[in-house]
Amino acid sequence: MSLLQVSGVTRRFGGVIAVNNASLRVPEGAIVGLIGPNGAGKTTLFGIISGFVTPSAGSVSWDGADITGLPPHRRAQAGIARTFQIVQPFAGLSVVENIAVGAYLRHPARADATRIATDIGTRLGLGPWLDRPAAALTVAGRKRLELARALATGPRLLLLDEVLAGLNPSEIRDIIPLIQAIRAEGVTILMIEHVMQAVMNLCEQLYVLAEGRMIAEGNPVTVCADPRVIEAYLGHGAAARMQSHA
Amino acid sequence: MNKPTLAPVAVLLVVLAVVPAFAANTTINFLVSALIVTLAAQGWNLLGGFCGPFSFGHAAFFGTGAYVTAVLQSRYGVNAWAGFAAGIAAGAVVGGAIGWLSFRAGLRGSYFALITLAFAEVFRIVANAVPLTGGATGLLLKLDVRPANFQFASRAAFAWIALGCVVAVLALSIAIARSRLGAQFAAVRENEDAARALGIDVLATKLRAICLSGAVTAAAGGLYAQYFLYLDANIAYGSWISVEALLAVIVGGIGTPAGPLFGALALHALGEATKLFAGAITGIDLVLFGLILVGAIAFAPAGIAGSLHSLSARWRR
Repeated sequence: MSLLQVSGVTRRFGGVIAVNNASLRVPEGAIVGLIGPNGAGKTTLFGIISGFVTPSAGSVSWDGADITGLPPHRRAQAGIARTFQIVQPFAGLSVVENIAVGAYLRHPARADATRIATDIGTRLGLGPWLDRPAAALTVAGRKRLELARALATGPRLLLLDEVLAGLNPSEIRDIIPLIQAIRAEGVTILMIEHVMQAVMNLCEQLYVLAEGRMIAEGNPVTVCADPRVIEAYLGHGAAARMQSHA
Repeated sequence: MNKPTLAPVAVLLVVLAVVPAFAANTTINFLVSALIVTLAAQGWNLLGGFCGPFSFGHAAFFGTGAYVTAVLQSRYGVNAWAGFAAGIAAGAVVGGAIGWLSFRAGLRGSYFALITLAFAEVFRIVANAVPLTGGATGLLLKLDVRPANFQFASRAAFAWIALGCVVAVLALSIAIARSRLGAQFAAVRENEDAARALGIDVLATKLRAICLSGAVTAAAGGLYAQYFLYLDANIAYGSWISVEALLAVIVGGIGTPAGPLFGALALHALGEATKLFAGAITGIDLVLFGLILVGAIAFAPAGIAGSLHSLSARWRR
C-alpha cells in the first residue's frame, strides 16, 4: 500500500490552473522525484500535500486515511515534514534552537529536544554553527538547516523542495549521501529537484509535472527519454529534432 | 535567561526587597508604581516579546483586572483577595476573546496593534458610561485596613507583595523561555509558516500567549486598585498603561525575561527626575518617553538587558 496517495488534485488561482488533475503515489520506504519545468506547479502540489494549499478538487490520503482538509500542523504531527524552497529560518534563534523547535514536536522535555537537535545538526554538518544565529548561515547552511529542522520532527515522509538548488557541485556531492542515509533509516522521501545528477542518483521513481499536468511517470531513465518530457523542457518538436540528429 | 544578566537581576531584586524596610513613603510610592508598571510590562512581554504580536491596548487587560477586583468587593461584597484572583482570571478571558477574534481573522502587525487599541478604547468608553463601574465619577474602594482585606497599614508590605508578583512572573517567564511552550512562542514570532510546517498550531499558541499576557497585566491592574483604592475609566483603560507597558519592554529588552523590570524602573526613575526638574511643564515626562523610545529603537534595539549581555560578553573576551 502506498504511504501517500494524491488523487486527481486541481488548484486554481483565479483564472490560472496551477495544478490540473494531478495524481501521484509514494510507496513506503521509496525515494520519489518530482520534476518539471519552472512554473509547472510542483511547489503548489507540495503545498497541497503538506496542507498549506487547499486543493480546488481532488483528494490526498495518508496511510489509508483522507487528509485533504487537515491543517499543516496536524499533518506534521501525523508524520509529514516539509522543507521550503525559499528557506524560512527562525532568524532570531540560534541554529540548535531552530532544530529544537522541530524536535519538540515529539519530545516535550527541553533536554531531549536539545540533545536530538544537536545530534541531527552535527550529522548534517552544522556542528560548528550550532550556537550561532541562524541568520549568520550561508545559503548552503540554510538549506541544511531546513533539512535538519524537518528531520527533527521525526517524520515518516520528508518532502524536500529543491534542497540542492543554489548549492555548488561539491556541496551537492556532500548532501546526496545524507539524503541516502536518511532514507536508509526508513524515512520515505518525495523530492522536487532540478539537479538531474541528484535525481538520477537518488530516485527510483520519477513524476514529471508540466503546466499543472502529470505528463509522465516511471523510472528515471525511461522518463528522461520520454518525448513528452523532452518537449516539456525544450519546446515543441525538440524530441523529433533530437532523434534526427542522433 | 543567560548567565550574564542573571547577576544584575539578582542584585536589583535584593535591593528592591530591602529598600521598602527603610525608605520614606514617597520612595515606596515610586517603587510600587514602578513595580505595577513592571508587572503590566511583563504581561506585554509574554505576548509581544515572546510570541510576536505587538499590542497597543494592554489597558484592556489592566483595566479589566482593576475593575473586576474593585467592583466585586465594592458592589458584591466579595473578599478582596478573591476579587484579585477573579480579576486575573478575567484578564485571561478578555485576552482569549480578543485573541480569538483577531488572530482567527489573521490580523498581524499594525492591524493587530490597532484592533487592540480599539478594544481598549471601547472598554474605556463603556466603563465611563455604565453605572456598574461608577461611570465618570469613578469607583472609590472603602478604606478597611486589614491584611485579609488586601489593605495594609504599612506601605512597605504592599511593595513586597508587588515585588512578589514581579518575581513570580519573572520566574514564570524564565521557565517559559526554557520550555517547549517558549520554543513554540519564538517559532511563531519568527516565522509562522515554518512553525506550522514543524507541527505547531499557530492559533492555539498565540491564544496561549495572549491569555497568559492578559492575566499578568490584569494582576497589575488589581494591584493598582488595591493600592490607590480609586479607579476611573481613564486610569483603568487609559492609553497611559498601554504605552508604558510597551515602552518599558522596548527600553528594557524585548523578549528577555528581565527586560520589563529594567525598563519600567529606568523609565519611572527618569520620569520622576524630569518632573522634579521641570515640574511646571505638564507632560514633559511624556515628551522624554517619546525621545527615549526613538533612541532605544535606533541605538539599542536589544534594550537594557541586551546591552548588558553584549557588554559582559565583550568584557570577558
